[in-house]
Order: sequence, then structure tokens, then C-alpha cells
Amino acid sequence: MDLTIFIVKSIIILAVFGISLLIATYSTYVERKVAAFMQDRIGPDRAGPWGLLQPIADAGKMFFKEDFIPAQASKWLFILGPALAMLTALMSSAVIPFGDSIRFDNYDIPVQGIEINIGVLYIFGVVSLGVYGIMVGGWASNNKFSLLGAIRAASQNISYEVALGLSIIAILMMSGSLSVRAIVEQQAEAGFLGWNVFTQPLGFIIFLTCAFAECNRTPFDLPECETELVGGYHTEYSSMKLGFYLFAEYINMFVSSAFISSLYFGGYHYPFMEQISNALTNSLGAVTGHNVATAIGTAAFFGKIFFFIFFFMWVRWTVPRFRYDQLMNLGWKILIPLSVLNIIVSASGLLFNGMKYASWLIVIVATVLAIMSNSRAPKGQVSPQRS
Amino acid sequence: MNASYLPSDYLPVLIQLGLALGFIITTMIVTHSIGPKRKSQKKDDPFECGIPVEGDARTPISIKYFLIAILFVLFDVEVIFLYPWAVNFKGLGVTGFIEMVLFMGLLLAGFYYIIRKGVLKWE
Repeated sequence: MDLTIFIVKSIIILAVFGISLLIATYSTYVERKVAAFMQDRIGPDRAGPWGLLQPIADAGKMFFKEDFIPAQASKWLFILGPALAMLTALMSSAVIPFGDSIRFDNYDIPVQGIEINIGVLYIFGVVSLGVYGIMVGGWASNNKFSLLGAIRAASQNISYEVALGLSIIAILMMSGSLSVRAIVEQQAEAGFLGWNVFTQPLGFIIFLTCAFAECNRTPFDLPECETELVGGYHTEYSSMKLGFYLFAEYINMFVSSAFISSLYFGGYHYPFMEQISNALTNSLGAVTGHNVATAIGTAAFFGKIFFFIFFFMWVRWTVPRFRYDQLMNLGWKILIPLSVLNIIVSASGLLFNGMKYASWLIVIVATVLAIMSNSRAPKGQVSPQRS
Repeated sequence: MNASYLPSDYLPVLIQLGLALGFIITTMIVTHSIGPKRKSQKKDDPFECGIPVEGDARTPISIKYFLIAILFVLFDVEVIFLYPWAVNFKGLGVTGFIEMVLFMGLLLAGFYYIIRKGVLKWE
């Protein structure tokens, strides 16, 4: 790698870093606005026009709060906890391809921090380290609520990681590569309907559920469920250490939205991309046209990311929290067998004259079974029976 | 897209690590130095909703959580075995598929045993 490419790479990494921090900051604002909209309130509107400076005010407030460490806590582990959570959150955004490539005179540089052939494994590795941040912080606090929250978080994250890992195997079979960019490119080959969400509907649903559980978002936010555990694993935290935990959650949300968009929704591709790209190169010339087309693709990718961030917030105000045994049953007894079934059906479909849409079979059968069991169930069981 | 990857392609990981570490350490130092510091006996106690603190949190916890952790290690290793097969799926063809179905059958047999043993039962 020569120096020019190295410098451009560094600039891209810096930009991705800044963008993920910015989006995480403004996610807090958007979350409050969305919550307000859903509950027919106004939401933050005092700091700046429409409350747009609210995240900056919040960050300033967190900096000037007391950095409190309880007397019984293990001091260094207490500091290490939020630092680890934040570090893993910040590291994971590197391998996501944000766009096609930028073209200079004779360079073609992909809009991606780190272009490596094990991108999917990299993300899984870094994300699964995130549980250490929560575990270390919760244990070091030496508080019972924190300990319970931390143990719940660890147990939940590792349970859903198995199903998360299994759900994307069918995608890897189609792309034949672990590079996120190769997976994105492979989806574009068959046009708009070749996106993995259409070929792998079941895998998508499993992946989405597991992503919610991995981010500790409602309906799986048991580690910080305030009705049972005060604040969960961050009960004892204050100032920017608490800020790091909350911030890491929003960055994880951003990264998982980006990951979902690139694995299942074609990444930076959009319908009729080929035609638009050709028209641009014809009218603006090979270099400028290509760069403009890349910019449009990146914008489309960010549109998808923002939709999924909104989706995370939408679900938070729609679905109530699970009970812990329900959470574990869903993870182990439903999602893992379903994803194994999905692998086997998709693999047989691919071997049998390369049919990609075999996964729909399970979805159709499951829907029919659900309707049948629903129609057979005795009516009127909703009201509790008195003896 | 290049076909071969050199060790230097992984260099940007270090840049990202350096950036993230720098950001975290700076923020930690700044927030530690500019906030107020007031200590008192009651405030330094762990939070227990206002009642006097009883013991500390270094207590034994339910065995269920440890069992889940052990199961995770077993199953995650098996998932990792599936990845190389999935990447080379087209090359390995029907033979590879049959072998992998056998492997997954063994995995599911173990899984069924765990469920029947009641390891995943939370009441």
C-alpha cells in the first residue's frame, strides 16, 4: 500500500469515525423526538431551533458532572468497563462499505475504512467483545442491581449470538465470501429482486431479532430494565462513564442498522442503479460521473441506515418487554432450530438447480401452520377463567 | 476488488484502534478532571434504594447462567465450523452438503438432549 492510498484510507476512517459519533449523538435527540411523536408530546424544543442543540447540551452536562466511584468498587475495572464498551462499539464500523469507490486520475479507492476478506468475522468478533464492557462494569460496581444486570446482559448476548451466527450462513453460501463488500456486490447481480431480504426472508427476521437482543434494545432490554433493576449494569455510573454506556448503545444501533442494510438490503445499491450510473458517466465523463454515482449510492445507503435506526425506535414504543424465561426460550428453542432449518432448506434449494428462493418455503409453511393453529384454538380464552 | 490480501491491508485496523483509544482516554481524563468531587460516608455506599447496605455483591449466582455460558462455548464453536463450509459451499457440492447435514444432525441431537435434561428451563 503506497502513501497516497494510506492517507486517503486514514481520511475515510476519520470520516467514518466522525459520522458514527455524530449519528450516535443525534440518535439520542431523534429517539426523544420519535418517542414524543408517538406519545403525542412535543419533545425537546428548548436548546436551539426545534431543540436541535439538545445533544450538545446533554454532552456538556455529562462532562461537568461528578465522576463518582463507589468506595467498595474495584476502581480500575470500574473505569475499564465503559471504556471497553465504547472501544468495541467504535471499532466495529470500520469494515462496512459505505459506497462503491472514489476515482482519482488512476486510483480507484473503495469508500470503506478497512477492505478485508473477513469483514463479517471481524464484526462478529468485535461485537461479541462488547459483552465484556457490560460484564466488567457491572461486576466492578459491587452493587447487586449492577451484578444482576450484567449477568443478564452476558447471558442474553451470548445466547442470541449463536442464532445470529447461524442466520447469515445461508447468505455466505450464496456469496461464497466473508467480505461485506462481496456480499453487497453479489446482491446487485440479479437486480432489485436479488437482494437478500427477498431470497432470505427467514434469515432476515432471525437476524433482525438477534440484532435487537445484541443491542439490548426493547423488547430485549432486560439488562437495564428499570422496573426491576433500578438502572441495570450502569446503576453506579455517573458523568461521561454513564455517557459512554449510553453512547455505545447508540453506536451499536447505527452499526447494526448499517450491517443489516448491507447484508440484506443491497448496501449502497438502489433500483435502476445501472441505468442511472451509465447516464451519469455518459453525460459527466468517466471520472466525475463515477464519483457522482458513488455519492448517490452512499446517500441511498444512509437512507436505509436511517430507516433502520427509526425502526429500532419504533419498536421500542410498540412492543412491551419480554420476561427473562420467554427471552431465553425464544433464543434457544425457537431461533436456533429455525436457523438450522433455514440453512438446510436454503442449501438444498441451491444444490437443486440453484434456486435461491427456497427459504420462502419455510415462511409459507410457518404462516399456514400459524393460521391453522389460530383458527383451531378455542375462542374466548382471552379472559381468565374463574374457578 | 482485489483477490489477494496482504498483511498491510489490515493496517487501517490499527489506525481505527488508535483513534478510538485516543478518543476514549482523552474523554475519560477530561471528565475526571473537570467534574466536582465531594465525598461522604453515605454517598460512597453502593445504591440499594435507600435502605442500609446488606453485605456486598460478591455473592454466588444461579447456576443457570453458567450453564448457558458453557452451552454457548459448545454451540458457537460448532457455528464457526459451519463458516468455512458455507464459504466453499458451491465447490464442495452434494458431498459436502451431506457431510454437513450429518454434522448438524449431531449438533441437533446434542441440542435435543440439553432440552430434555431441562437445562434451558427457566421458571
